[in-house]
Amino acid sequence: MAVRNRNFFLVPYVLWILLFVAAPIALTLYKSFFDVDGAFTLDNYVRFFTPVYLKMTLSSFWYAFLITLFSLLIAYPAAWLLTRTKHKQLWLLLIILPTWINLLLKVYAFLGIFGTYGAVNRSLEWLGIGAQQILFTDFSFVFVSVYIFIPFMILPIFNSLEELNPSLVFAARDLGASPWTTFRRVVFPLTLDGVKAGCQAVFIPALSLFMITRLVAGNRVITLGTAIEQHFLVTQDWGMGSTIAVFLIIVMVLIMFAAGKREVRR
Amino acid sequence: MNATRKWPWSNLYLIAVFAVMYAPIFYLTFYSFNSGGTMHGYEGFTLDWYKEVFADTRLLIIVLNTLVIALLSGLLSTVLGIVGALAIYEVRRRRNKNTLLSFNNVLIVSPDVIIGASFLILFTMIGIRLGFFSVLLSHIAFSVPIVVLMVLPKLQEMSPTLIDAARDLGASRWQVLTGVVLPFIRPGIFAGFFMALTYSLDDFAVTFFVTGNGFSTLSVEIYSRARQGISLSINALSTLIFLFTILLVTGYYFITRRSGARAGSASRGGVMAGAGEGESR
Repeated sequence: MAVRNRNFFLVPYVLWILLFVAAPIALTLYKSFFDVDGAFTLDNYVRFFTPVYLKMTLSSFWYAFLITLFSLLIAYPAAWLLTRTKHKQLWLLLIILPTWINLLLKVYAFLGIFGTYGAVNRSLEWLGIGAQQILFTDFSFVFVSVYIFIPFMILPIFNSLEELNPSLVFAARDLGASPWTTFRRVVFPLTLDGVKAGCQAVFIPALSLFMITRLVAGNRVITLGTAIEQHFLVTQDWGMGSTIAVFLIIVMVLIMFAAGKREVRR
Repeated sequence: MNATRKWPWSNLYLIAVFAVMYAPIFYLTFYSFNSGGTMHGYEGFTLDWYKEVFADTRLLIIVLNTLVIALLSGLLSTVLGIVGALAIYEVRRRRNKNTLLSFNNVLIVSPDVIIGASFLILFTMIGIRLGFFSVLLSHIAFSVPIVVLMVLPKLQEMSPTLIDAARDLGASRWQVLTGVVLPFIRPGIFAGFFMALTYSLDDFAVTFFVTGNGFSTLSVEIYSRARQGISLSINALSTLIFLFTILLVTGYYFITRRSGARAGSASRGGVMAGAGEGESR
């Protein structure tokens, strides 16, 4: 028994946690109190609450909200229909397959599709609407992001729909509930966990992706992620970058906490 | 069910979603054969862009770098991940177990930018030069928790009586590990290694932060080329990557199908959802 109580594996694993989980976060917090010249200051936090940064934060949240909402609106029916197909695991695999393809390549494809002479503008011309500037607009940013995130939303919703006991749906229908009422009062509440997991998997990255904004939105859309990248790799103002990162970490923890609450009720 | 009558219409929606999901990939592939040199106005069939890719030594070195990083980080993070899963498994107190799991999941739910930026600070502060080594270390770091999440459920499935029986029969701790535990959790280890591999191959943001000047991986290279505009050699490259990915995924699918794993659970979304759930258990 004595041998079993000694957990040899704990030492290397805890070391890993300390070095690559705890230390980076602690150092980011530490860095956020220094300015470009390496002097201790609270200035970064003061700067974060100026209108420039607040506006950026707000618009970043707004875009992330839109992206999450549209992903959910498209993914939920798709996930529901997937559970009704014959070879559902295969179809699910097929819809997840694009997530394995490098994100940058998918974004790059949209440079061609949304370009001035690209496929979309060709179709618009053919329809008689005429070519539009699509690339480097908010629309292209939201569209491409939704495209990227749909599988991440479909998967948890699909899983929770699979766990749903179908007899509950039949019972609701037998008792005279309309399809809409059944969905609203029975199906949706029971798959809320999947929806929450999906929203969490979309919202946090949507706040912080910088390559999509850089490639298809030009510099029109600035998210928290773009700002962090800008401060770290372009202006070299690590202090300010860290401050935004600290804010993002706090937001992330809050969202995880909100999404994790469901278990308390169970 | 009366739903079968409405089937074609709802099918249409699913087909539309599938079409949109795959359109960009096929669009890229289609124009990789365009002799016109742009992603519009198809002029004629050519393999020039593929020749260009294979003639580009710099690019081939970068591909090699990417593969070496992926394999090394995959192997090392699998070993560390198994150790981590065993560590969490052997912790008896529920509270401690949950704390460890929460720490484990931090790197999975963290946005890449945060991981990249904080690792950049870490590496510059402890004096690790940015390049191959820093990229390898960070890839190992963000793959470990994924391996842990893939291996841990297998450990929990394992009946403790198996271990007790082995120990009663006089097996040493090491023998129990290599003869009983590791063979049992092999599907989890395999899934973990595969996920670590794909995460490493796919990663852009973290690498972008910690890569420095001299060293580059495929994602970073694609990004810097794409920022300069459209070049059809990227299309050719992406077609090749697409084929490679399909090969990898189908291979993985057929290998794991034997062990009865769910297709979705071993995917990026699956890991994300798993991290969210694991948090509370």
